[in-house]
Amino acid sequence: MSTHTLSVLVENKPGVLARIAGLFSRRGFNIDSLAVGPTEHPEVSRMTIVVSVEDSPLEQVTKQLNKLVEVIKIVELDDHDSIERELLLVKVKADAETRGQVLDAVQLFRAKVVDVAPDAITIEVTGNAGKLRDFLAVLEPFGVRELVQSGMVAIGRGSRSITERTMRPVPVPVPAARAIPG
Amino acid sequence: MTEQGTTSGERVTGAQSLIKSLESAGAENIFGIPGGAILPAYDPLYDSRIRHILVRHEQGAGHAAQGYAVATGKVGVCMATSGPGATNLVTPLADAHMDSVPMVAVTGQVPAAAIGTDAFQEADIRGITMPITKHNFLVTNPDDIPRVVAEAFYIASTGRPGPVLVDVAKSALQAQTTFRWPTELNLPGYRPVTRPHSKQVREASRLILESRRPVLYVGGGVIRARASKELRTLAELTGIPVVTTLMARGAFPDSHPQHLGMPGMHGTVAAVAGLQKSDLIINLGARFDDRVTGNLDSFAPGAKVIHADIDPAEIGKNRVADVPIVGDAREVIADLVVALQAEQEKGTTGDYEGWVKFLAGVKMQYPLGYDAPAEGLAPQYVIERISGIAGPEAIYVSGVGQHQMWATHYVHFEHPNTWINSGGLGTMGFAVPAAMGAKVGRPEACVWAIDGDGCFQMTNQELATCTIENIPIKVAIINNESLGMVRQWQTLFYEGRYSNTDLQSQVQNSRRVPDFVKLAEAYGAVGLSCDHPSEVDATINKAMEINDVPVVVDFRVERDAMVWPMVAAGTSNDNIKYARDLAPEFEEDDL
Repeated sequence: MSTHTLSVLVENKPGVLARIAGLFSRRGFNIDSLAVGPTEHPEVSRMTIVVSVEDSPLEQVTKQLNKLVEVIKIVELDDHDSIERELLLVKVKADAETRGQVLDAVQLFRAKVVDVAPDAITIEVTGNAGKLRDFLAVLEPFGVRELVQSGMVAIGRGSRSITERTMRPVPVPVPAARAIPG
Repeated sequence: MTEQGTTSGERVTGAQSLIKSLESAGAENIFGIPGGAILPAYDPLYDSRIRHILVRHEQGAGHAAQGYAVATGKVGVCMATSGPGATNLVTPLADAHMDSVPMVAVTGQVPAAAIGTDAFQEADIRGITMPITKHNFLVTNPDDIPRVVAEAFYIASTGRPGPVLVDVAKSALQAQTTFRWPTELNLPGYRPVTRPHSKQVREASRLILESRRPVLYVGGGVIRARASKELRTLAELTGIPVVTTLMARGAFPDSHPQHLGMPGMHGTVAAVAGLQKSDLIINLGARFDDRVTGNLDSFAPGAKVIHADIDPAEIGKNRVADVPIVGDAREVIADLVVALQAEQEKGTTGDYEGWVKFLAGVKMQYPLGYDAPAEGLAPQYVIERISGIAGPEAIYVSGVGQHQMWATHYVHFEHPNTWINSGGLGTMGFAVPAAMGAKVGRPEACVWAIDGDGCFQMTNQELATCTIENIPIKVAIINNESLGMVRQWQTLFYEGRYSNTDLQSQVQNSRRVPDFVKLAEAYGAVGLSCDHPSEVDATINKAMEINDVPVVVDFRVERDAMVWPMVAAGTSNDNIKYARDLAPEFEEDDL
């Protein structure tokens, strides 16, 4: 099994997320992570889906996704050639005695303190999955009270855009109606 | 949608807009039942030129739309109300999805403001049908109705055909709107590829010429693409043997010497051997379904694969393709013919002589056949005679089970679109409503439903529709008083323990329950019965003479007849038996 990151451009219409999630579950594929958001085109949303599958099922899942009428384009992002980011918000125990050590870790990982309470601080950090895992390992000894993590978003390096060529409308003519007898 | 991209514009209700849209999309017939949420649409439908056929159960409407679509090649249309009306369409939608039948289902939905409140007769039919439709829509804005209907017909009938559901909120039907039929559609995520890639076609023709044991594995895609003529040209140009799957029966004439019959679990020995021992499978619009391949790992182990399909997701799904070709079957076959003709003109032809001879020998040694029982009526004989008397121009529709397998073997098919059955989903009860739909689409054709007694009891209420709407179908009930196919498995794999497969139709104080003859008469149809081989022809002829009302013939057949050949589920095609405990022996020295 290997991990693959798919960028999926979809029409921004109600029910699209349900269609995609349903397709993954009924075809027996597991979603590791999913993030959905707007793009520079208001009528298009972008999903970043991380799946763990072998190559040949990956081809099948891509083809099945492409069959959904509201899926416009799918691009597999290579992790060497793209930027991958997740967002983590974590609430760590920190009193007067340990706060300094926690703040050291925050600085080392270029994280940010977003809330402070007498016995805890809340930290915001972004990075790839490895960095967040390492950061959590460092915080673990202090006591993690609560954490929330986003799905991964990713974008390819370089100047090319996966959206620009996709959005040109290609209208198809409606077939002329047949005459109805009678 | 821009103003320029539309035609006319008149103030109407959403309901009027819906009916005008269906008319504009070319709908000629709608099978349906009204109810609360769809009721506004039925008012303008009353004045429409579209013929509405009032069925007795929404499942009947769905299967009728399928039968209509397969018989005519046009989009079949059915209509139902919200909640239970819509959920009753679930089986036909799933069936049409599996068998790639172009169909549009229009359902009413509770008013937009009530959606999500568990309102009376509310069901999330868009959510329910997401996995079993090609696409579906929920319309709450009446202005969207024409565009959505146009998109639904376009999606249903292009690419790999399939069912599309349009769920319209009652509030949208009642609101005022402007009707404008679009002149163009913009579906950025839907661009089916029909033109095959020329490089792939060249590569395929190279493999075809190099191979020594090729076989044309023809599927339902050839029927849907109306590619029978092109297929025949390709087969005759190359001399390659042909197998036609359950969905492709009629795509290639049964009388053609190159035809090996149907492959698969109940395929002919020659067709199964033709795939299993080939060195090149040329798959045209088939999908390596498990009923064809048996155990996949041991399926055609020596074969390379050319796989042509309009749906890229079918290619490589079950079996790796050496040459994938995405395209419409008719265009792919036509291009292959051109490529192979060019090679022939250069003097390059395939050498398949030994292979053709080998398969001809298998075909001769292991023909389809059955032993007539010492007493009683053989079901295979009944079907053979229906085919013999009604002929290859008739349309044959079946349910699912033993009678379906006998029909696919013992009806003699010569033409495409004359065989209508539920292949992928295997829906018992398909035959009567689908035959009704086929007869509506092809009123001049003789339409025979070959049904089982179990299947018939699932949907026979549509005989009332047939009588009242003047749709004179003919139904042959192959009555073995049991759920025959399941019973056959119990015979073979459960030591003859017939758990719940005996329909006990004759044991109730020697009355028949039900009495199919009386049942037919109760529905205004003619009921006939037959239980002896000597009466078969006379009974069928009598049925053939009745063309003003439906006819139901209760053929009371011997119940122990089994479907042969058979490859047991999950085993290798090498283990085919042509009769109980009898395996063919192949003399492969020629290969």
